[in-house]
Amino acid sequence: MSKEYILEISNLSVSYGGIKAVKDISFAVPKGEVVTLIGANGAGKSSTLRAIVGLEKPAAGSIKFAGEELAGLSTDAIVEKGITLVPEGRRVFPNLTVLENLKIGAYMRKDDLSKDIEWVCDLFPRLKERSWQKAGTLSGGEQQMLAIGRALMSKPSVIMMDEPSLGLAPIVVQGVFDIIKEINRQGVTILLVEQNANMALKAADQAYVMETGRITMSGTGTELLENDDIKAAYLGKSKK
Amino acid sequence: MSMDIFMQHLLNGISVGSLYALIAIGYTMVYGILLLINFAHGDIFMMASYFMIFAVVDFGMPIWIAIPLIILLTVILGMLLERSAYKPLREAPRMSIMISAIGASFLLENLATYLFSGVPKGYPDIPWLTKVVNIGNVSFQIVTVVAPVLVIFILIGLMWLVNHTKTGMAMRAVSKDFETARLMGIKINTVIAATFAIGSGLAAVGSVLWGAKYSSVYPLMGVMPGLKCFVAAVFGGIGNIPGAVLGGIVLGLGETMLVAFFPGLTGYRDAFAFVLLIVMLLVRPNGLLGEKSTDKV
Ligand SMILES: Nc1ncnc2c1ncn2[C@@H]1O[C@H](COP(=O)(O)OP(=O)(O)O)[C@@H](O)[C@H]1O
Ligand SMILES: [Mg+2]
Repeated sequence: MSKEYILEISNLSVSYGGIKAVKDISFAVPKGEVVTLIGANGAGKSSTLRAIVGLEKPAAGSIKFAGEELAGLSTDAIVEKGITLVPEGRRVFPNLTVLENLKIGAYMRKDDLSKDIEWVCDLFPRLKERSWQKAGTLSGGEQQMLAIGRALMSKPSVIMMDEPSLGLAPIVVQGVFDIIKEINRQGVTILLVEQNANMALKAADQAYVMETGRITMSGTGTELLENDDIKAAYLGKSKK
Repeated sequence: MSMDIFMQHLLNGISVGSLYALIAIGYTMVYGILLLINFAHGDIFMMASYFMIFAVVDFGMPIWIAIPLIILLTVILGMLLERSAYKPLREAPRMSIMISAIGASFLLENLATYLFSGVPKGYPDIPWLTKVVNIGNVSFQIVTVVAPVLVIFILIGLMWLVNHTKTGMAMRAVSKDFETARLMGIKINTVIAATFAIGSGLAAVGSVLWGAKYSSVYPLMGVMPGLKCFVAAVFGGIGNIPGAVLGGIVLGLGETMLVAFFPGLTGYRDAFAFVLLIVMLLVRPNGLLGEKSTDKV
């Protein structure tokens, strides 16, 4: 059972000044799957994603995307290869319209965008209704949809999402996870970072737990959902 | 005051204001994208004037070749300035870049003094700008009319660029969020360089028109127009391009009218800009067309 890994992280470390935020972690993302990285605040999840996409310089280690080394490349060169990040806090461009936010997601593409704009609008009908509105006027949930839609516009083979459920009402969170599954069903590989362990583990094929910069546990989503330590630490259930 | 004289002052005011507008656009665009007051902008304008003198007086070039050439040279100078003084500080605190800008300004002023001496030189005469035309009892140089017309075309062009092109969209994105712009695959250094190129190019255009009105060229000639145009940009709402044009025109008209109606205040002409700035900051700190609240300085 040899899987094809589209993203392979080996011995990655990330430091801020003297502080090591990510310490020598290794994991791999199989093509077409949903992989999640869960962990408490400050565990180093965002730093890991930011290093993959070149927003932080890795202190050590290798990041291979479809066999190619990404460490050391600039962010624009990395996203051009087909990997993108929906950043923590959504970060839509508030001064651009919804439609412009989608178009700028496809900034590197030179082909016709109309089909993909239609595709994203089918996924998120709310965005279509509001296409002329400034993104800054959208609600949190709508902004999250827009941030995901914007990422999809680059037609990535891997989408990384940093806490897409953060700060959203439970009913909206369900919607976000439904979309994640739908996008995955359409063939996009997903690396999902979450504190909402319950939802993330249910959605994930493979999961890793991060604590203070290290990966401390791994398994399939179902395995970790059943794990007593995980239940106690992340799912708010006490050990039996 | 007769109607003719009033028209004369009005025309003068608008044309001086148009020159201010051309320089103010450079301040406002750079501020919009980097949140940086490019203190060296007035000195770029000064260097453009020297380039013209060299091209025409020393190398004997015809005007129609010299103008595009000096615009090009000024654009290159502006991009070099960005590359050497601002780009290395992209991740540094805002104050460091500000200080680097002040340093760059001193450097250009002193370099000009060292290379060209402090003695004023005369700007080459461009007959089709300086020629005097009479309509009724109002007489004016051609540049007086050319300047505002040119500013209108430039403003329309820039608004189109910013609001309706891919590059403009990238500029607006970069101005809000460097990191996320990078995630979109935007090469932010290229976008920032383009912004400096436009600002410097317009300063060069401004210098040609300026030279037709005020022909004295010296190393500190950029200081006062630089300060005033910065005021114009703040007055109109810094970061806002139509605001910079409006601010420039209001400033030019205000100054001219002040002197026209109160000849006793002639000595305070340059002070007008700063009174305007203080009043504006007290009444409407974001400027005439500025956004209501921003996380900018
Ligand atoms: N820009 C930064 N400068 C300094 N320290 C940082 C920076 N970003 C994150 N950190 C530190 O790195 C550690 C990991 O942070 P982060 O990757 O954001 O964790 P998570 O996303 O899991 O909450 C934290 O201790 C955090 O304080
Ligand atoms: Mg985080």
